[in-house]
Amino acid sequence: MEISPLTLIAQGAGFFAFIYATMKLVWPPLTKAMAEREQRIAEGLAVAERSAHEKELAKSKAVETIREARQQAQDVIRQAEKRAAEIIEQAKQQGRQDGERLLATARSEIDQELNRAREQLRIQVADLAVTGAASILKREVDPKAHQKMLDDLVKQI
Amino acid sequence: MASEQYSASDIVTHHLGHWRVGEGMWAVHMDTIFFSVLCGVLMVFLLWLGARRATAGVPSKMQNFVELLVEFADNSVKATFHGPRDFMAPLALTIFLWVLFWNFLDLVPIDWIPLLAKTLFGLEYLKIVPSADINATFGLSISVLMLIIYYGIKGKGVLGFGKELLTHPFGANPLLVPFNLILNVVEMIAKPISLAMRLFGNLFAAELIFILISLLPFWILWAPDIVWALFHLLVVPLQAFLFMTLTIIYISLAYEDQH
Repeated sequence: MEISPLTLIAQGAGFFAFIYATMKLVWPPLTKAMAEREQRIAEGLAVAERSAHEKELAKSKAVETIREARQQAQDVIRQAEKRAAEIIEQAKQQGRQDGERLLATARSEIDQELNRAREQLRIQVADLAVTGAASILKREVDPKAHQKMLDDLVKQI
Repeated sequence: MASEQYSASDIVTHHLGHWRVGEGMWAVHMDTIFFSVLCGVLMVFLLWLGARRATAGVPSKMQNFVELLVEFADNSVKATFHGPRDFMAPLALTIFLWVLFWNFLDLVPIDWIPLLAKTLFGLEYLKIVPSADINATFGLSISVLMLIIYYGIKGKGVLGFGKELLTHPFGANPLLVPFNLILNVVEMIAKPISLAMRLFGNLFAAELIFILISLLPFWILWAPDIVWALFHLLVVPLQAFLFMTLTIIYISLAYEDQH
């Protein structure tokens, strides 16, 4: 076992040189990369959490929107049904009125026609009566003298 | 392998000899320096491979592995040391990996590299495991002692550090100051000695046992060799981890106020 001071000193110097090399060459890039990676992972996790939260929000919003849309659709259907019923009711009313009016017109026309026919008939009967009476009575009857009686007769028909 | 004309003790002493350059006090263990620097360069190169194209996105396998090591060192330091870690964590990783690489050299069959060196460069002696050379382990632990003192002063200030040296642990009574000082100095010296001797002792013993196994006849040699290598595989990372952990603990003890 030989002590060699120069070897000892050389070993010490080498030791510090290698520490220095490790400190300067190895440590800075690696610790920087590791810290950066840590940061990146933390950011990634935060983003994931945030997006999960946003998804949850969007989901509840979508449910709300669908619910509203369904509500609106139901409203629209209800209004449409109501409107349809109204239209049908109106049409019925209209039809009934039209019918009644037509009926009334027809009736009044019939009445007029009837009146007119009755008038004509009366005139014709009067003429016929006069003609008949004249042919029967020819001579005895003076149309002028019996005009009043004839008129009464016509009225009675 | 063991040639017939050498005795067993010749072979053992041969394997324990260093490639020394220079004489006496100024001799240098070239093998220890060469292989420890080789380990260090390899270590920094591997780490640099992982850090070179560091990306915050999906890391490459190499980057992933080096990140694992970096986090391991950082967490080990964080567990006991509560100051800034921009020097401490690289220090811990350097100690761990460097000592680990040293110790792994012990698993290279003991004759290969010395034989290669002898054939290629005519080197008579070569010992490739730096942690089985007491100069390497002390070089490391004395550097750690310097860091302990530096961090003690950094954490408590020059006055605080001096005060603790004189008044801890028995109190500020002037009569007790010498005892405090002696105790603290002994404690301070004991730390690097225990660090260095533990690592050296483990690896030197392991090396010696590998050498002794190599003296066995070649047809049985492989059996104890494998058993010992497997056992040694546990010792290798354990000693590296211990050296790192104890260094961190010593420095945090010096840095932080314990009262």
